[in-house]
Amino acid sequence: MNLTLKVWRQSGPNDKGSFEIYQAKNIVPDMSFLEMLDVVNDELMANGKEPISFDHDCREGICGSCSLVINGRAHGPTRGTTCQTYMRNFYDGQVIVIEPWRAKAFPVIKDLSCDRSAFDRIIQSGGYVSANVGGAPDGNAMPIPKVNSDRAMDAAECIGCGACVAACKNASAMLFVSAKVTHLGLLPQGQPERAARVQKMVSQMDQEGFGACTNQYECEAACPKSIPADFIARMNCDYLSASVTPKQ
Amino acid sequence: MTLDSRIPSGPLQQKWDKFKADQKLINPANKRKYKILVVGTGLAGSSAAASLAELGYQVETFCFQDSPRRAHSIAAQGGINAAKNYQNDGDSIWRLFYDTIKGGDFRSREANVYRLAQVSVNIIDHCVALGVPFAREYGGLLDNRSFGGAQVSRTFYCRGQTGQQLLLGAYSTLSRQIGAGRVKSHPRCNMQDLVVVDGKAKGIIVRDLKTGKLETHMGDAVVLATGGYGPVFYLSTNAMGCNVTATYRAHRRGAYFANPCFTQIHPTCIPVTGDHQSKLTLMSESLRNDGRIWVPKNPGDKRSPEQIPDSERDYFLERKYPSFGNLAPRDISSRAAKEACDAGRGVGEGGRGVYLDFSDAIKRLGDKLIKERYGNLFDMYHHITNENPYKTPMRIYPAVHYCMGGLWVDYHLMSNIPGLFVLGEANFSDHGANRLGASALMQGLADGYFIAPYTISNYLASTKPGEYSTDSQEAKQTLADVQDRINKILNIHGKRSPMSFHRELGKVVWDYCGMARSKQSLDTALKRIPEIREEFWRNVSVPGSGDSFNQGLEYALRVSDFLEFAELLAEDAMAREESCGAHFREEYQTEDGEAKRNDAEYAYVSAWEYKGPGNKPQLHKENLSFENVHLAVRSYK
Repeated sequence: MNLTLKVWRQSGPNDKGSFEIYQAKNIVPDMSFLEMLDVVNDELMANGKEPISFDHDCREGICGSCSLVINGRAHGPTRGTTCQTYMRNFYDGQVIVIEPWRAKAFPVIKDLSCDRSAFDRIIQSGGYVSANVGGAPDGNAMPIPKVNSDRAMDAAECIGCGACVAACKNASAMLFVSAKVTHLGLLPQGQPERAARVQKMVSQMDQEGFGACTNQYECEAACPKSIPADFIARMNCDYLSASVTPKQ
Repeated sequence: MTLDSRIPSGPLQQKWDKFKADQKLINPANKRKYKILVVGTGLAGSSAAASLAELGYQVETFCFQDSPRRAHSIAAQGGINAAKNYQNDGDSIWRLFYDTIKGGDFRSREANVYRLAQVSVNIIDHCVALGVPFAREYGGLLDNRSFGGAQVSRTFYCRGQTGQQLLLGAYSTLSRQIGAGRVKSHPRCNMQDLVVVDGKAKGIIVRDLKTGKLETHMGDAVVLATGGYGPVFYLSTNAMGCNVTATYRAHRRGAYFANPCFTQIHPTCIPVTGDHQSKLTLMSESLRNDGRIWVPKNPGDKRSPEQIPDSERDYFLERKYPSFGNLAPRDISSRAAKEACDAGRGVGEGGRGVYLDFSDAIKRLGDKLIKERYGNLFDMYHHITNENPYKTPMRIYPAVHYCMGGLWVDYHLMSNIPGLFVLGEANFSDHGANRLGASALMQGLADGYFIAPYTISNYLASTKPGEYSTDSQEAKQTLADVQDRINKILNIHGKRSPMSFHRELGKVVWDYCGMARSKQSLDTALKRIPEIREEFWRNVSVPGSGDSFNQGLEYALRVSDFLEFAELLAEDAMAREESCGAHFREEYQTEDGEAKRNDAEYAYVSAWEYKGPGNKPQLHKENLSFENVHLAVRSYK
């Protein structure tokens, strides 16, 4: 198949940026979306032109690096990450618009790569259990009901890609933050810091310039790991109860 | 230089305790005077950085990804081994040690492997304390599953994403230290070279990928936890960014590279579908708990799998290795699959594939339970191949997955360059010639949480803090060397993309130095690799500048190191005239096609010394002595 790509090119954070048009020729339906871009980039490089920058690494849907808005949808037309989007979901002759995540807290570095270090800073503010190496009790010392540990795992599956932010009209990071708050909040190990954690993480989220949640559920629809928006409600509940518990 | 592995004296079971009893300590107030540079933030790097910061050292971390959380440890699926014996099935530290030594085909050090088995139990405890959501039984206790090469269930897991959860655990504890200001994190920074001052590792040169700026960072010790070199084969299950640059550049500065030819080919990956492919996707070994591997008995049988009756199927692993069956170790399973395909019995397009069939398990356990165990893997397979594995058998084929080889380290995990520590997949130490499933996560976290914090402290205790400067002659010279190399690559202005060279190299390494090797094939590889490298330095096209975000340049620099390293890999494969583990030399096999080890002449670690461009590397041998296990023929029959 042959495709026309309208790709966002931006030489640096301070450049205004614009769309440029490329032809992707002889694309095979079994190719992944990023392999299609490899073909385009390979040709650009062989002709001495700068390739289109985009973040990617594992190409199996788990590292969370890839981050393209394809035809207006974060990670493209199918559920899953950009790297797990296959060309069989497009048709010959289609025009495909490719953009980076767009959010104030995720400034563009170049072309389709953006800076998501705001997510790291949110985790650094409290997304952990403060346990040093050396003092842990036996792994089976504290039984955890399977239903809780399974639910915690549902939340822990978040890959931190940022599609939730890209899909939200408010560029809210609440699905991301609530996933970590829920994961640790459901486990006994997470209880001692539960109130402080949610307060610190929400405060950091606000400082980074992410918007608020207005219950549109776009995040849930875009999330490649199907993290449910219920977790946001759970986080709000934790946040509220934290505001009436004594400060740590 | 003679290789001193610095293994403590005394009985095997007491060596690690003896080390700890004898180690030198640093007073808490003095620890903060030392700075440690940690390169790589996967399981080994993140856990080491966090543990060292907890002790009070100044730590800086570097990773090429945009966040420490994205290191490729995240992609490990199946699980992590630990000798907890929670299943009451006869497991013990000794048994985990023995399985790992045997699985590695008796080419690893007894003392290191025994220590690994000892600390495995602490890893699980610590990860649970960090909130890693391991799978549990209904009673709330931890669940286990079986993995290849073992007859006990000792593998802990988090659905099919164990690596992700363990890495996020290590990342969270690293994040805590970053938030507290005890670790400085440098994401999007690619190490380009090692600074050696008076024979000791004192710094690194990194390229800040966002700005293109070269930076010199100096410290009292350098830790490399930069993973494996699988993409030297181009197609592998590794991430696109996995590379050999950090370890190979350290090798060029004097660090010995050990056993580079020991590369693991994983039996259960989605087969190659075409030339466009950029990576191969692993289907976790855990699937072999319930899936049965087979090919049609008759070559050229083109019927769909459902139409082939049981009597005309060859469940070749169950037939050849009845006591381990579908859970035979990776090297053995991979070779058996290759053998079936070479005999014309392979399935799917191109005939390079075998079936992994769940129909019996689904009949026995039902869709629901299978979904619970492997749901995400089945979805992933469905997504990639457009075939539903609940209805039709998966097709799988071996692919490059893990590197047992790596920089040579002693018992302290220190390379032959004092102050340069190497952890996780980047070192060679624990897996011999073949790694068992669910052991990579165990080793990464063992090194990072429980071993390096002790051994690095021991090293620093006899080092004066702060004896380095970015203005030293060595630092300036190394920086200039890196700058020269970048200028050189940018000024070629050739006609071919870096990817085209990488593909060409990968095909040579896979075809002539892959699952089976011979003197003849290695001769071809050793002839072809320098030719490709020569053309690369004459005809590669790398547009853009060095002082900006330039992914083409990043990639070209990595490919240039693969082009040198590939030759070392082939040299090592050539020099090892025996078959052991993943290293299968066609000249050395038994009558029924099994690997034929030569313990009399090859029970050693090959450690290669760099001798300058254009010169043959020099081989040093560390003889392996086995005082506690009997060197047996490795049989899984």
